[in-house]
Amino acid sequence: MVMRRQLKEKFMRNLFTLVAFASIAILLAITIFLFKEGLPVFNLISVKDFFFGIYWYPTSDPPDFGIFPLIVASISVTLLSASIAIPLGVMTAVYLAEVASPRVRELIKPIVELLAALPSVVIGFFGMVVVAPFLQNTFNIATGLNLFNASLMLAFMSIPTICSISEDAVYSVPDALREASLALGATHLETIFRVVLPAAVSGICTAIILGMSRAIGETMVVLMVAGGAAMVPSSIFDPVRAMPGSIAAEMAEAPFRGDHYHALFATAIVLFMFTFLFNLIADYMSHKYRQVGDATL
Amino acid sequence: MKKTNMFFVFALVFNMIFSASVFAETLVIKGSTTVLPITQKVAEAYMKDFPNVNISISGGGSGNGIKAIIDGTTDIANSSRFIKDSEVKQAIDKGAYPVPFSVAYDCIVPVVHPDNPVSDLTLDQLQDIYMGKVKNWKDVGGNDHPVVVISRDTSSGTYEVWEEKVLRKERVFPGALLQASSGAVVQGVANNKNAVGYIGFGYITDSVRALAVNGVVGSEETTLSGAFPVSRPLFIFTRGWPEGTTAHFIKYLLNPEKGQNLVKEAGFVPLY
Repeated sequence: MVMRRQLKEKFMRNLFTLVAFASIAILLAITIFLFKEGLPVFNLISVKDFFFGIYWYPTSDPPDFGIFPLIVASISVTLLSASIAIPLGVMTAVYLAEVASPRVRELIKPIVELLAALPSVVIGFFGMVVVAPFLQNTFNIATGLNLFNASLMLAFMSIPTICSISEDAVYSVPDALREASLALGATHLETIFRVVLPAAVSGICTAIILGMSRAIGETMVVLMVAGGAAMVPSSIFDPVRAMPGSIAAEMAEAPFRGDHYHALFATAIVLFMFTFLFNLIADYMSHKYRQVGDATL
Repeated sequence: MKKTNMFFVFALVFNMIFSASVFAETLVIKGSTTVLPITQKVAEAYMKDFPNVNISISGGGSGNGIKAIIDGTTDIANSSRFIKDSEVKQAIDKGAYPVPFSVAYDCIVPVVHPDNPVSDLTLDQLQDIYMGKVKNWKDVGGNDHPVVVISRDTSSGTYEVWEEKVLRKERVFPGALLQASSGAVVQGVANNKNAVGYIGFGYITDSVRALAVNGVVGSEETTLSGAFPVSRPLFIFTRGWPEGTTAHFIKYLLNPEKGQNLVKEAGFVPLY
């Protein structure tokens, strides 16, 4: 009887280990596949020409595989959307955790999180049909399908991530800190900005990075509203072509294991590097500025 | 009541499995992704009318389709271009005689916003616009507004025709907005007074206005007569003169009442 229980225990332990390692194995398999399919493009073109070539003409003869405009597009779209989403997301989080009454909080938080439930194709369509003509008419610009429109739509998508995770971080700051601050005579506002926010900074940083990595990897929205012109933008109202949109639009037509196919996979490697970097930074942030107990502030 | 229903369902399912496994014939179609929507639509209708035939369709491009005909790995090859001399030689060497059938015409029409006063452009003007040389509508007889150039992704079949007939081996300039589908081009042009785009004949709606090219309005007649410059015939190839199911399917595809009706639905110009 005892043996049996031990056996069962052992079995369950191994089962859970196996499950945990399954996701690692899948990630590893995908990464290997990505590199296997992407690296052959460098037999055709040098690494420097691939990263810094400014012409992306994958189907002309001879083809040009320069992804510099695509990288610039992805980075600029992400940074611009972050500069819109971070203030909005973090401020909303602070309001919800510190200022709003519990009833308002219970009402608003699910609504903000519902924004994340909107399918990206719906947000893209909204940007295409509503926001693009509005931008065109308001700013009198050539086209509403541009960097700014895409950033705005991506900001909508990353606000729920940023808000929800930062709100958890701010909310979980121990009450002892707030009470101590107030007892020392600090106002409510001073307490929020000098005590609560610094205490929650690791969680907020993680929230921001995760929000940004959602924005850089988002495909449908940039495919629909960024305009799709593979050029280095000179203003925020220029059309751009971001990496995920380019991969999605061209992969179906690229000849299997052809140069174009390999170039798209190499683009995917670059994209993977970016999101990987973002995740590493998020991990580092959450460890470095981790609030341990009440006393370490 | 419920029991009889269940019985019918079982009978139906059983019947389908039975007939499929006993009489099933398979037809393999490979090749051009441009022709794919046509054969796809026709095959769906065909399989509905003749449930004992199983048709499997895949893309891969015109070259791969013709190669499959030469190797004998497909019954029908879709191709958006005519067969090359080198391919004919290869085929004859392998004892295959490729037989072409024209199945539809591809007609690509430039479109602008309905409020745009321009109604006619020459091929050279279109080439200049798509190469980024013409940046203002007033240079081609329109108002003083910047031209917003909308193109298709460089890997699409529609772009291929445009590149061949309008750009004539020049490249579309990097500032052109590339859209992933004809629907997105219509959407982009309909929402932008300064935009110009191009779409397959079947995608024209009231929200955009088609332009004449070299004075010729794109229509079924001008496409079939060859007067409209941005058009091309689409082909299928068989290995030798088709027989049996293959021949039956091709007759269905070419039938003005059946297959050719669906050609129109797929956004192409039918033969008749």
